[in-house]
Amino acid sequence: MTDLSPRLPVRTWLAVVSRLFAMQGAFNYETMIGNGIAFAMEPALRRLPGGPRGSAYAAALGRHSGYFNAHPYLASVAVGALMRAELDGVPAAQIDRFRVAAAGPLGSVGDRLVWAGWLPLCSAVALLAYGLGAAPLTVLLLFLGAYNVLHVGLRVWGLYVGWTHGLRVARALDAWILRRGPAHMGRATALVAGVALPVAAHGIIGPGRAMLGTVLAGVAVGAAIVTALRGKAEGWQIAIIGLLGFTLYGVAP
Amino acid sequence: MMLAELLPLAPFIVLGALLGLDVVAFPQAMISRPIVAATAAGALAGNPLGGLTIGVALEFFALEAMPFGSSRYPEWGSAAVIGGVLFGRVEVGTAGAMTVAVLIALIAAGIGGTSVHLLRRLNAAVARRQQARIARGSGSAVTVVQLIGLTIDLIRAGLVTALILAIAIPLYDRALASFVLTPVISRAVVVGTASAVGLAAIWKVTQSTAGARWYLVSGLLVGFSIAWRVA
Repeated sequence: MTDLSPRLPVRTWLAVVSRLFAMQGAFNYETMIGNGIAFAMEPALRRLPGGPRGSAYAAALGRHSGYFNAHPYLASVAVGALMRAELDGVPAAQIDRFRVAAAGPLGSVGDRLVWAGWLPLCSAVALLAYGLGAAPLTVLLLFLGAYNVLHVGLRVWGLYVGWTHGLRVARALDAWILRRGPAHMGRATALVAGVALPVAAHGIIGPGRAMLGTVLAGVAVGAAIVTALRGKAEGWQIAIIGLLGFTLYGVAP
Repeated sequence: MMLAELLPLAPFIVLGALLGLDVVAFPQAMISRPIVAATAAGALAGNPLGGLTIGVALEFFALEAMPFGSSRYPEWGSAAVIGGVLFGRVEVGTAGAMTVAVLIALIAAGIGGTSVHLLRRLNAAVARRQQARIARGSGSAVTVVQLIGLTIDLIRAGLVTALILAIAIPLYDRALASFVLTPVISRAVVVGTASAVGLAAIWKVTQSTAGARWYLVSGLLVGFSIAWRVA
């Protein structure tokens, strides 16, 4: 049986993968990451009939630089699937329908998995390592190593499954880590952050340790205030007001 | 501050520019997180442990605002570099050092976040100018839009770092020189504030996951017992 699937040279793959990391380079409120999608796909689109001066290349590039919004890491799924669809000669209307349908799931799954799951989890692990006395370089390597295993892995895996399944990539999004990963990461983040917060705070409090009981009471009250004010003000904004007042009091003649 | 006085800050400005670029545009590898960026700035100032210490405090705040798509959030890359430079310059145990450095870094994060918002509007204007060429399928127009966005973001983060450092360093030195409260009180206040924001942020994470709040409570009990033993 002959394999009719298109093939891309290694240098084209390398160009596409490297461009994935600049996906949000021109992020804006009108086309979101649309231009980034076209930018990442462009090396592969040069393989369309007629090359970079052909009408197929021009039509594809124009189509993909329009509005598109998804999580920047999982957008690689769309890049792979759309590259495959274009090189397979799938009708434009079908490609457009896929672009509309894919954006939402790739955004919400990525947000829950990475921004609300993996990133705070890695952050908590690094805070815990600091609190337990790890050296600065160890803390950095632990955080960056752990975080980027998933980060780089998601970009490369997404491109691979997108390219492999084309517009039928929805079945690949049924992967265990995408379905169940966010919930497990949420619980792991809660547990590790729960351990890390007091241990790391103890590490940075230095001379303030003499007031530990007062600090603990203040943390409980402060967290309740920040939670109660959610939607009206962010915690860091409330902190600016509090610390500014404290600093002015501290330097008053 | 004169231009000549900014020259010694050049390594920190370059670092702020590169780490500010990481927040959104390239490569989003989270080298811009405060725990990394402040440590790098502290190391550049000759005090990696000082940088890490304030990086941990700022990381508590950063737990609250993750970089969700088109939402507006603080820009921690250049802000954490500023915090790391300020705190890394002073002697350990200086009264008010962490409090004022965290305050300045939080303000810088807010200013940086606003500059990212403005950049996104500028990117849209650039894309609109190239729209006709892109619609005709010009690969170079797509590349130009992307490269302009990346370049302006790099310059943006560098400018935020340079301008705020130029203003903040003399202010920081003056504030510490006239700080009358004890190191005990000032450190207790800033760490308490950071911990409160961090705890509220993790509490928010638990709201979207069934059973997560019990994991948080269990973790806190373990964490407090470890901290208590170390104390």
